[in-house]
Amino acid sequence: MLRREGEIRIPSGCAIAGIINRQGERFGGSDIIASIANMHQRSNGLGGGFAAYGIYPEYQDYYALHIYYDDETARQLTENYLNQNFRIVVNEMLPLRPLRRIVDAPLIWRYFVRPREEKLMLTHMGEDDFIFQAVMWINDCLRGAFVASSGKNMGAFKGVGYPEDLGEFFRLEEYHAYLWTAHGRFPTNTPGWWGGAHPFTLLNWSVVHNGEISSYSTNRRFLEMYGYKCSLQTDTEVIAYTFDFLMRKQQLSLEETLDVIAAPFWTSIQKDAQARLRRRYAALLLNGPFSIIVATGNGLVAVNDRIKLRPLVAGTRGNYLYVASEESAIRVVAPVLEKIWTPGGGEPVVGLLNDMEGLTAVPDQQSRSA
Amino acid sequence: MTMKMLTPAFAVQRDTDRCIRCRVCVNQCANEVHYMDEDGWMWVDEDRCVGCQRCGVLCPTHALSITEFPMQFRSNRYWTPSHIREIYAQAQTGGVLLTGMGNPRLYRSFFDHLLLNASQVTNPSIDPLREPMELTTYLGNKDMDKPDQEKPQLRLKVPVMFAAMSYGAVSLNVQKSLAMAAREMGTMWNTGEGGLHADLREYSPNTIVQVASGRFGVNPDYLQAAAAVEIKIGQGAKPGIGGHLPGEKVTPDVAQTRMIPTWSDAISPAPHHDIYSIEDLAQLVETLKVATGYTKPIAVKVAAVHNIAAIASGIVRAGADIVVIDGFRGATGAAPLRIRDNTGIPIEVALAQVHQRLLDEGIRQRASLVVSGGIRSSADVIKAIILGADAVYIGTAALIALGCHMCQCCFTGRCNWGIATTDPHLSKRLNPHLGAEMAANLLRAWEHEIKEMMGGMGINSVDSLRGNRLMLRGIGLERHELELLGVLAAGE
Amino acid sequence: MKVVSSAEYCLGCGLCRIHCAAGHDGYNGSILKAYKRGTPRPRADLIVDQDQSWLNTCQHCPDAPCVNGCITGALQRDERGVVYIEEEICVSCYTCIMVCPYGHILPGEQAVLKCDLCRDRSGQPACVAACPNGALRLVNEGEIA
Repeated sequence: MLRREGEIRIPSGCAIAGIINRQGERFGGSDIIASIANMHQRSNGLGGGFAAYGIYPEYQDYYALHIYYDDETARQLTENYLNQNFRIVVNEMLPLRPLRRIVDAPLIWRYFVRPREEKLMLTHMGEDDFIFQAVMWINDCLRGAFVASSGKNMGAFKGVGYPEDLGEFFRLEEYHAYLWTAHGRFPTNTPGWWGGAHPFTLLNWSVVHNGEISSYSTNRRFLEMYGYKCSLQTDTEVIAYTFDFLMRKQQLSLEETLDVIAAPFWTSIQKDAQARLRRRYAALLLNGPFSIIVATGNGLVAVNDRIKLRPLVAGTRGNYLYVASEESAIRVVAPVLEKIWTPGGGEPVVGLLNDMEGLTAVPDQQSRSA
Repeated sequence: MTMKMLTPAFAVQRDTDRCIRCRVCVNQCANEVHYMDEDGWMWVDEDRCVGCQRCGVLCPTHALSITEFPMQFRSNRYWTPSHIREIYAQAQTGGVLLTGMGNPRLYRSFFDHLLLNASQVTNPSIDPLREPMELTTYLGNKDMDKPDQEKPQLRLKVPVMFAAMSYGAVSLNVQKSLAMAAREMGTMWNTGEGGLHADLREYSPNTIVQVASGRFGVNPDYLQAAAAVEIKIGQGAKPGIGGHLPGEKVTPDVAQTRMIPTWSDAISPAPHHDIYSIEDLAQLVETLKVATGYTKPIAVKVAAVHNIAAIASGIVRAGADIVVIDGFRGATGAAPLRIRDNTGIPIEVALAQVHQRLLDEGIRQRASLVVSGGIRSSADVIKAIILGADAVYIGTAALIALGCHMCQCCFTGRCNWGIATTDPHLSKRLNPHLGAEMAANLLRAWEHEIKEMMGGMGINSVDSLRGNRLMLRGIGLERHELELLGVLAAGE
Repeated sequence: MKVVSSAEYCLGCGLCRIHCAAGHDGYNGSILKAYKRGTPRPRADLIVDQDQSWLNTCQHCPDAPCVNGCITGALQRDERGVVYIEEEICVSCYTCIMVCPYGHILPGEQAVLKCDLCRDRSGQPACVAACPNGALRLVNEGEIA
């Protein structure tokens, strides 16, 4: 009997793409859809997804929860839990366009919430930590429900199908974001599961990933020590939690974080501080081929594993930065580019909103509108 | 006079067509098994043979073969020949049966039921000949309050160290061989509980000194002359009792190094008499840290016993930087046979449980885990790392590399290979330069093999192998055994 | 060049002499042939003195008294500095045995016997290769053993 993803781990190969307008000018989803559709061969129709930042400016102070339910019972249970712990200002189904090619969709709901004051005071947690705990709890303990995204002024739209079909299904042309990422999946098992698609998110973090993390089990067990439940059992989940742990909880800079996940070889480490970082967080070294695009409210970083076993190309034109698994996926939306390059193993491509210092865990205060 | 029931253990056969009566065998057997009479005939006194194979290996014409003495009892799976012979020996002597080396009995070997992964299609394997493959390992407490406040670390170029074997249990030439090899290969050797001989001071940066219950040789110089200090609570060969060096092996040189009288039995007390509970251990750990100025990692070594997970957790919370666990296959120079063969648990399950427990409690970063007790090959090393170890110690394997033939008679002090002896005439038989080369070669070979296996799994750093249980599958194991090890079954 | 013997590592086992004998006189390395069917003639003696032992083998002195003293010219030095015996010319007068201060030359039937560094074979001298404990080393002139 085939076990459901989340019960067992399923590796997959893929395609990734990302676009950011560094002035914060928002644009519709058709570009990112065109970009990912160009790489159709890299998927097998069993998974796709998008992350979009800046799409809910009128609710930018609220956490936008996108939650998928297997059935009504799961929804009732989850909404009870949410009502107890959060002030919910909006509670609605995500607007969808039915397509013949997208089947067996779960119930997909959207909530704009903030933690209840009295609950926060009881637990002595910050709001972010409160959301973090809630998301871990729902994913781990509520059968039939999982949280696809939980950030402010952002959302993840993912499921089983080709990404361009899912883009249509989710009506992404109606959303306007200054940062889009996309993913197409080629999982090596059937059936795919809506929860197994990328991006994986936590708070404002989203990760799309091409590759297989052979250090998964090591990384996972380390993160579990700090309260992260890897209930979705995918490599990508571990990457999202690693960024959250290192940057939000341990307050490391982006450079330091990359020095952990794509650590320089011992023979090339020059600085003592780098060696100490590597020793301390040895269990978070990501081994195995990967290209990832990690995004948060104020920008994205795209990086490869340290021996560059997966493709990644980057290009710029004006305020736009494009990254993708293949050059053609960039050219199809921006045929003329000012600069195009292939980063080396472990060399990040960083695209930040212009007045932001670095990729931080703190969600941006406000997005710029066009 | 009581009748001697014991027939010889071994039969020594000489092919007279091949024997050239060169008397190398006579010359080389410390047990005086071979002799030539006045007429020039070669004879054998089999009762004395311990099966060390020295004569057979050195005979220039391969005229000698050593086999089990062909005196067979009627087949009895319960009353095995060993059981019967052991009773004869005790009826003869009224004594405790002593033995050497590690538990030889047939118990489940989990290493032999674990299989490794390899990358196929979804993840490329990495070619160790063409890509860097990192085995560098740091042992120590990795918890840091502030980024620049790192606790002392031991750097190993390969995660295999030479286990504690005391001067007295083994010859000085063995320790010299291992110290030189450790320096050559960028790893550590361990003095064991016999103190540190003056000739070995120069190997300080690669030396781990041991503070065992007898506190032999422990003085301020000893602690300073080391890269790390290891408190030995117990060892896998004899959990619950202390080290045992028979008086025959306590030469003047050994006596001086241990700070005890010559030719006296050096029997370490069973417990440390200042450690009767876990908080006492915390005090000793702190004392050693103060004595070494907080510049060296402090390790605590215990035998793998039934509640090892809780014990290990306690040791970590007591401040140890490194926890060493010695499984029931651990070897010794001398131990009571019954304790060696019946006490303790296998290192594989101990390690799996300890690693998981430390993770569950959120304290795995506070100490490195080193395991020992029957690590026979690079495959065992890699499986141990995958189960959660930071590094391993090898004892038996190191001695075999130096020439040991596993005759288990270390306690007699008449080791024909110059290993488990302090007799100067016998100690000569291990040239430390040759010994160092052989020990270093062993590590070199294992290093290459580990890199090959890692590359096959698509991993290029041992950091990503540690505790990566999904890289193992069990075969021929029961469901509860798989759960204890934290691995899935082959096919899952 | 010469073979030096270390008393620190010599076990007195005698394997050096056995392999030496088998490596000369046409036995071609076969110990069985030399000892069972032939007359083995090792080229050096093993000296045992209480706890110590060593192989007393010719040191191929640069200004060898044996070469100087040889009445027939049988004792010669080749281009590598190896002092060897041209057996056909030797008349067993034993002058060389008497003049060698160290007793490195041994009496023999057709000719006297001494170490020739296994010059007729390739590879290490037989004794060096045979020593189980690294007590014998081939060193160059001027090298400190």
